[in-house]
Amino acid sequence: MNQQKTKTTILPSKFGIYGGQYVPETLVPALDELEQAFQYYISDDNFLAELDHLQKTYVGRPTPLSHAKRLSQLINGAQIYLKREDLAHSGAHKINNALAQALLAKRMGKRRIIAETGAGQHGVATATAAALLGLECVVYMGSVDIARQQPNVLRMKLLGASVRPVDSGSRTLKDAINEAIRDWVTNVRNTYYLLGSALGPHPYPTMVRSFQSVIGKEAKAQMLDQCSRLPDMCIACVGGGSNAIGLFHAFIPDQQVKLIGVEAGGNGINSGKHASRFSDPFLGRQGVLHGCYTYVLQDKDGQIAQTHSISAGLDYAAVGPEHALLREIGRAEYSYATDQEALEAFHLLARNEGILCALESAHAVAEAIKRAKQLSADKIILVNLSGRGDKDLDTIMNTLSGDQNGNTPNSNLL
Amino acid sequence: MGIHRIQTCFEKASSEKRAALMPYFTLGYPNIAESFDIVRGIADHGADLIELGVPFSDPLADGPVIQHSTQVALEQGMNIEKALYFTKNLREADLNQALLLMGYINPILSYGIEKYVNDAADCGIDGLIVPDLPMHEAGDLEEICLAKEMALIAMLAPNSTDQRITMASAHAQGFIYLVSITGVTGERKELPEDLSNFIKRVRGICDIPLAVGFGISTPAQAHTVAQLVDGVIIGSAMIRTASEGGVNAVNELVSQFRQAMNKIDDNPVNQ
Repeated sequence: MNQQKTKTTILPSKFGIYGGQYVPETLVPALDELEQAFQYYISDDNFLAELDHLQKTYVGRPTPLSHAKRLSQLINGAQIYLKREDLAHSGAHKINNALAQALLAKRMGKRRIIAETGAGQHGVATATAAALLGLECVVYMGSVDIARQQPNVLRMKLLGASVRPVDSGSRTLKDAINEAIRDWVTNVRNTYYLLGSALGPHPYPTMVRSFQSVIGKEAKAQMLDQCSRLPDMCIACVGGGSNAIGLFHAFIPDQQVKLIGVEAGGNGINSGKHASRFSDPFLGRQGVLHGCYTYVLQDKDGQIAQTHSISAGLDYAAVGPEHALLREIGRAEYSYATDQEALEAFHLLARNEGILCALESAHAVAEAIKRAKQLSADKIILVNLSGRGDKDLDTIMNTLSGDQNGNTPNSNLL
Repeated sequence: MGIHRIQTCFEKASSEKRAALMPYFTLGYPNIAESFDIVRGIADHGADLIELGVPFSDPLADGPVIQHSTQVALEQGMNIEKALYFTKNLREADLNQALLLMGYINPILSYGIEKYVNDAADCGIDGLIVPDLPMHEAGDLEEICLAKEMALIAMLAPNSTDQRITMASAHAQGFIYLVSITGVTGERKELPEDLSNFIKRVRGICDIPLAVGFGISTPAQAHTVAQLVDGVIIGSAMIRTASEGGVNAVNELVSQFRQAMNKIDDNPVNQ
């Protein structure tokens, strides 16, 4: 799709050819209203001061930067540093965006917030922010995900959110987004749609990046503080891509810093059971899902493909549009880690650093281990450890072939 | 052909002092052969224009009834290629109504937008409805459509600003599709209260036939709407009736809706 015939947005709505607003007409006024509010409040001192205050006194920012010394020694290669988003309140980077958007919703006078969730992390973050700010919260979640993520369902309910099961389509994240959009179309006048990743129609990719870019800003300062220099590469997992763009954004001007996004390789690309939009030349093609033009896993007829990943947070058919541009212009590269590699990385990090990370983040750790092996000890790899792994304990224990002692399987990563 | 045939259909209905009846049906529901018979029946029982739905895996503008029909249609193997073949067969069976192809943008991009427009025109399609392609994203498709005299149908919603309505006035071909409510497709018990205001706002700016869709479930509701606009679109009620009573029930329903299209008196409402 080329240029817009009639420009209607204040901020650029596309990243190169990617992004845009492929939505029903009913949502256009709502997106315009959102864009105006975002543009206003993002430079409003009161809004920014309130957000900053909550980040410090409630979320726990800045999150630490940890040198993974024992893991780096074990690899005998580059030094791995971890940006500890797992230590943010509610257990993942998701709160950065959820809290900022909830504040925005409140300023816009919207008392009802809706959200989608896959693994439940964004749903929990949104329910948390809504409880803090006294807003009504409805979370759409596929019934398949509800069955496999019970602890997070319970968390959302305890936080006062209403969790609505979605029984259409594949009953996972994609369908939860469809249903959230249908709710928004219906209740557009009084409802705020709090989208959880850097995807969807403009202005969401720009807005979510803006609210997540605190990760990279902090990490850059902490890197300079601890090592007196920038890292040689930044690595983050990419589902929709909000934690990755949040880390990358501050480093984009620093051409010497390599940016690497890691998609979910699932059972391997050839199996067709994965969520690697960039690595599968057959299923991963340019297209439109949920309002934006980007790389989308789809069949030959343009029907959205079923995806698979051991981590529900990466199990999605489209990637955020800015990643599509960063890849196209060669500023970032994208690889993948399989379910197996992510599990191995999870165990290595647990045993050597005392950190149980989310399976999403374990994909980034797996890539970091592969890269570190190729590099000398004076090189630095910065990994965004986007979330903690409590939510994944059932999944992980189920993969230990009956070994309930949590013994580490042999690793092929090292 | 194309835009011209759409205009002719509205003119004919208008000259007969009624609104145009515009039923929707999902191609391939409940299976390909039966949907062919149903669309033929819809044509034979009084439709002026017919909207043919091509299924998509993620129909985010549709309510449960049409969602279900598109899921079934996908399971029956319906896709753009087959939908166009289906249309060609309808034309070969002497179906003369204007035909509108409704489909979401991603399958169209996958098929190729230029090929889509050209093949659709060759198979007898007169207009395209793309529910997730708002006017400001339609640039490329609009140009290709214009070259083929294919109408790319503009849509407006009750919350559309005057600026959007003006944009529709500049871009619209054939007619403007007014979404009656903020919401997804599906039958509603009541017509929205602000419908006549919404229509008046659009009438004040746009000089092109207006058709209302979304939520119209009974001939009585359709009759009310027919007094206000040039065309009435019926979707979910068609699908539900097809699933409950098959071809005959749909034929009966279309006949009822057709009678409901009559204008009560000679005063055009668009004064």
